[in-house]
Amino acid sequence: MLYRMINPPEISWIAILPVLLLSATAMLTMVADLWTDGPDREGLGWIGLVGLMATAIAAVALWNTKLTSFAGAVVVDRYGLFFTLLFCVAAGLTLLMSMSYLEQTDIRTGDYYSLILFSTVGMVVMATAADLIVVFLGLEVMSIAAYALAGIWRSQVRSNEAALKYFLLGAFATGFLLFGIALLYGVAGTTTLTGIAQTASGATAEQRTLLIAGMALMIVGFGFKVAAVPFHAWAPDVYEGAPTSVTALMAVGVKSAAFAAFARIFMHTLAVMSPDWSAVLWVLAVLTMTVGNVTALLQRNIKRMLAYSSIAHAGYLLVGMVAGGELGGSAILFYLLAYTLMTLGAFSVVIALGRRGQPNENLEDYAGAGFRSPFLGMAMSIFMLSLAGIPPFGGFVGKFYIFSAAVKSGYIGLTVIGVMNSLISVYYYVGVLVRMYMTDGGVEITQPSSRPYLFATLVVAVAGTIALGLFPSTLFEVARQSFLALG
Amino acid sequence: MTAVPIGWFLILGSLLFSIGALGVLIRRNVIIIFMSIELMLNAVNFVFVAFARQLHSLDGQVMVFFVMTVAAAEAAVGLAIIISVFRNRETVNADEFNLLRW
Repeated sequence: MLYRMINPPEISWIAILPVLLLSATAMLTMVADLWTDGPDREGLGWIGLVGLMATAIAAVALWNTKLTSFAGAVVVDRYGLFFTLLFCVAAGLTLLMSMSYLEQTDIRTGDYYSLILFSTVGMVVMATAADLIVVFLGLEVMSIAAYALAGIWRSQVRSNEAALKYFLLGAFATGFLLFGIALLYGVAGTTTLTGIAQTASGATAEQRTLLIAGMALMIVGFGFKVAAVPFHAWAPDVYEGAPTSVTALMAVGVKSAAFAAFARIFMHTLAVMSPDWSAVLWVLAVLTMTVGNVTALLQRNIKRMLAYSSIAHAGYLLVGMVAGGELGGSAILFYLLAYTLMTLGAFSVVIALGRRGQPNENLEDYAGAGFRSPFLGMAMSIFMLSLAGIPPFGGFVGKFYIFSAAVKSGYIGLTVIGVMNSLISVYYYVGVLVRMYMTDGGVEITQPSSRPYLFATLVVAVAGTIALGLFPSTLFEVARQSFLALG
Repeated sequence: MTAVPIGWFLILGSLLFSIGALGVLIRRNVIIIFMSIELMLNAVNFVFVAFARQLHSLDGQVMVFFVMTVAAAEAAVGLAIIISVFRNRETVNADEFNLLRW
């Protein structure tokens, strides 16, 4: 009669529908790979796009609900769904650009597409996790797929090295995150976020000490994943060495997923402890913005420059976390959306200007490119100006929300440093445009890519960046509602 | 029988974790670095089990199973990456991976 003792947890299948659909698609691409041939297996990309579309539809359909599943370990609220949609957009655009990019490379396996989808599954799990075990699982599903993706161009030594560095430092960071989880578990006696929040609100002095130690270790772990200074050393190397489409996914998806879990745990679960962690994040934010922007000035390789730029953007997002509250949280969500579109766009331009055996990744190669390919020049101008935070693009509005949240919470000094950093960043972003439009020479690009996918990616990214800049209030309201769903 | 206080478990766990972290920072052979990371993960497992025993809750022990499984998956991917690096470079010394500035 032993079987009577097992009480299966309540599983709401509807709640996990998005992640189920996405996992099914990822497995389907793996199987379908057996029946496809041809050099770069575009068809698998299409299967992935359809699956992502279905996932997005499921997420939209669940928008007005708040469901929990697996005995409260997974919570599907607007916050999680917002990120699910964000990851669908990021992964969809990455797949689209990959379908063009892979013909420049020697990546000839269908696994590439499955790995991108599995990585996305991990991101969605992280964003909807309500238990630290699930956060850890999501993080690892995402990261292990990303390690493999970074090294998937096996014949290229740079790709190998990038994968190795990413793997070693990623696993190292996981150790810190796990130790933090262990300490929080020791204090609260549970790994669920609600249980930890209860313990944190009535913590004794002894419990507080352990909680603070646990939080510090988790900040190190998440700091690595979002590439915050001083845990950023891996990012430029990995971003430069990995295949460009994978770099785009890492810069956008992995970072957003880490922020999704980071913000859920710190701004919601451990919100009562914010006097303890906000000072640490203040220092991290200042370091991250300053080191990211100043080092980006010195870069000669566009992927490396974008890597430092993505570090700097992590700094702006940390400002949002320090600011806290409803405004800070909503600003983070809005900013991540804008950041996703403009960064993916910038990486697609990098891909569009590269050719097989001739990656054209140095800034010198961009000389005169704005005149040779007017559309790419225009798109790159929009992305660079948006990343620099110049109106009327999405990046400007995102920065505006973040800094106004910081001012409202009384962090005037942090805002001043942030705005000054924004000014520094204008120099290197506009530097790219100066190369493209005001210098001669450069590499004559032989023939344009034969496929329309990159064009489609660019159109979506340009449209999104402009729309976020011109009509921010609707999307900010969506972001606000998503963040409020945490409470 | 006297119970060992939880503090001792925490000290031992932190010690093992620190040895692992130091190993990652000091050693230059990629395989040893990877072993040090595994040591860090196992130190965490040890802390989880100690807490689970003290709190009379199974969550910590379940977590250990997850960590072990994930570490195995990570090892598979990690060793594959190390092999593919070795094929191209014929070395596993971290100092020689200088194509990208470390």
